[in-house]
Amino acid sequence: MNPNNYLVLAAILFTIGAYGVLVRRNAIIVFLSVELMLNAANLAFVAAARNTGTLDGLVAAFFVMVVAAAEVVVGLAIIVTIFRTRRSASIDEASLMKY
Amino acid sequence: MTGESLVFGVSGTFAVVGAIGMVISRKAVHSALWVAFAMINIAILYFALEAPFLGIIQVIVYTGAIMMMFLFVLMMVGVDSSDSLIETIKGQRVLASLFALTFGAMLVGAITSSLASPSAGLSTANDNSGGHIQAIARLIFRDYVFAFESLSALLITAAVGAILLAHNERWEPRKTQDQMQRERTLGTHITPLPAPGVLASTNAVDTPALLPDGSISTTSLPGTYGTKGQVDTSREITEEGK
Repeated sequence: MNPNNYLVLAAILFTIGAYGVLVRRNAIIVFLSVELMLNAANLAFVAAARNTGTLDGLVAAFFVMVVAAAEVVVGLAIIVTIFRTRRSASIDEASLMKY
Repeated sequence: MTGESLVFGVSGTFAVVGAIGMVISRKAVHSALWVAFAMINIAILYFALEAPFLGIIQVIVYTGAIMMMFLFVLMMVGVDSSDSLIETIKGQRVLASLFALTFGAMLVGAITSSLASPSAGLSTANDNSGGHIQAIARLIFRDYVFAFESLSALLITAAVGAILLAHNERWEPRKTQDQMQRERTLGTHITPLPAPGVLASTNAVDTPALLPDGSISTTSLPGTYGTKGQVDTSREITEEGK
């Protein structure tokens, strides 16, 4: 099997995640799309590590997971705070700093 | 067809299906479950890629912890908070589709046109350290130990930040017993509020109590009902039936 197939799959997943970030307006779904993009990057890391025969890519993917966990914690706390004050999780309505 | 290409075909297809389901489902809960599905399939792909440690971590950390935290937050901000499908920015969806297609085609084209060397495999790297876990541990705790320690600081900071953000500040002083008593006896409602769902045929909180003239009493419902149009008004006695 062509080892580049994994990279193609990672590219497809990353693209779907980017599309989700662009079109969805519920903050939580936007966040889920970002998670999907991080997962696609991880898949590319692991596939590249195997292609080159080194383990550094696996460690990079591991670190990405840790950073994603920290990011999710802070991001969800921000979403909860915005929801508490505005009663809405839509990213269109959080436009206080627009003008 | 080797076993690996079979696993790649099935799990890769499922991962893409999960990702597409995440983008197109309207309810946030469905999106979260689709992403969890996609992540489990990515974990299977990690196993196929000779990375069982990362596969297990993916299941535990991503599907087990992160996605379940998403579900908890969804319960807090309202499970039925579905997106409206009306475009607020004109042409956004078309432009986004165009961008995604171009971007994806560019990435896929660049990857497929690059020369595919046969995969080196991880067995040599594993054997040099006496096993897969030992090899990863050597990298994390020796070569990348500074990054590892920095990440621990990052996690602590994130936890403290989340506590700070989600902490509920009391904006007004707590009501004293004296104030509560005055509100009860001098307010508009001296009696207790009517209870919902006390009709003979039903026992649900979305069933409002009927007033003596047959109309429904919205004060009998919990605060969140009534505003969303979730009140069961089928038992209301209207003018004709009086």
